[in-house]
Amino acid sequence: MSEVLDEIRKDYLFNLVRRGKRIDGRGFHDFRELHIRTNVISKAEGSAWVELGLTEVLVGVKLQPGEPFPDTPDKGVIITNAELVPLASPMFEPGPPDENGVELARVVDRGIRESGALNLEKLCIEEGEKVWIVFIDVHVLNHEGNLIDASALGAIAALATTRIPCERYGLGNDEKLPVRDLPVSVTAVDIAGEVLIDPNLYEESAASCRLTVISNTDGTISAMQKGGTGGLSPEITKKTVKVAVECAKDIRENILSGVVASLEPY
Amino acid sequence: MRFRYNMAPFSVEERRRPGPDRRSVEISKVSREALEPVIIAEYYPRAAIDIFVEILESDAGTRTAGINAASVALADAGIPMKGLVSAVAVGKVDGQIVLDLMSEEDQYGEMDMPVAMVTRTNTITLLQMDGRVTMEEFDRALDLAIAGCRRIYELQRKALIEKYSESRAEEGGV
Repeated sequence: MSEVLDEIRKDYLFNLVRRGKRIDGRGFHDFRELHIRTNVISKAEGSAWVELGLTEVLVGVKLQPGEPFPDTPDKGVIITNAELVPLASPMFEPGPPDENGVELARVVDRGIRESGALNLEKLCIEEGEKVWIVFIDVHVLNHEGNLIDASALGAIAALATTRIPCERYGLGNDEKLPVRDLPVSVTAVDIAGEVLIDPNLYEESAASCRLTVISNTDGTISAMQKGGTGGLSPEITKKTVKVAVECAKDIRENILSGVVASLEPY
Repeated sequence: MRFRYNMAPFSVEERRRPGPDRRSVEISKVSREALEPVIIAEYYPRAAIDIFVEILESDAGTRTAGINAASVALADAGIPMKGLVSAVAVGKVDGQIVLDLMSEEDQYGEMDMPVAMVTRTNTITLLQMDGRVTMEEFDRALDLAIAGCRRIYELQRKALIEKYSESRAEEGGV
């Protein structure tokens, strides 16, 4: 029954797009209403609650000293995890992360890591012995589409407002986490040959696949991920990248900069 | 359709703990999604197609090699397909956009971008990227990857044609 409804809705969505419209009245390249609140969890060293339309994601950052990786003895460590908690969607099951949870965590991680947003050299306490381990935990609270962008935004907003708990471990005064860039993730789907940014749940299920592009302040791209069982033409792919970089700039300048006080120099 | 990408513990410099880790879970997912668009699954209701990719020795590009092999193996198994999927990675090493990274290039390079496509329909079915590149470099890298996929496609096609001309000859055919 739901499959039949899906097909009817898909038809409806495609027809709307052909007439230049979206199901919730947005423009093709518009995000839904976006709110970010930081420092919402006092036990965490940094946190951000992101509302993207009806999608809600809470990201918490915890830090603790630990051993570095042998090949990077002078660098801090980032560990990202995502939980698709069952209350967020009837599609989510309790238990260890499935491939969707793993993918979400790894894409969020890649955006932060590859952009160089976190200055990992500054997270070294004692070379080869002790470095700060940064745990980024994504908690999905409501799934109404586009979890990747909401989670990635939450991660960078939380990191940029995180304090390193030096005092707790007898390592001097607490410091600001050295964040020097604001990578922004923008995901799009291709419906009827149009690039639709920030797909909601209906658009996500009607489209055969999505493309995520994470870009930085200087306009460079630091991570991409195609997901879903369909394909994209090279033209749509290139167009998506251009639109995504533009949208990222808009979000960075109009929303993230209001949340994040100041950045370290790169 | 199910896809399992698995690395042998001895396939890399530092021994890998056997069993699935988060990296192989993600690779299995995106590889399955790279092949699913070409499979005509309507012919197989209530059936599963299992694909197992075992990486025995790794010098980067294992997910693309796995997809190339799986695509040929599916055709060899007689599964009806809309086209072959061909895959290759592009990267940026020392400021240059290059095709098909090796291990060292992957480790010290500035970007790695695996791409899979159905050459017949010019559809990209796998695209991942990590590193740091400008939009112009991305455009060039994608074009290079597409050209690379076309070359892989010719090799896949040749492998299939060779196999079936051999078996016909054995049966005393033409």
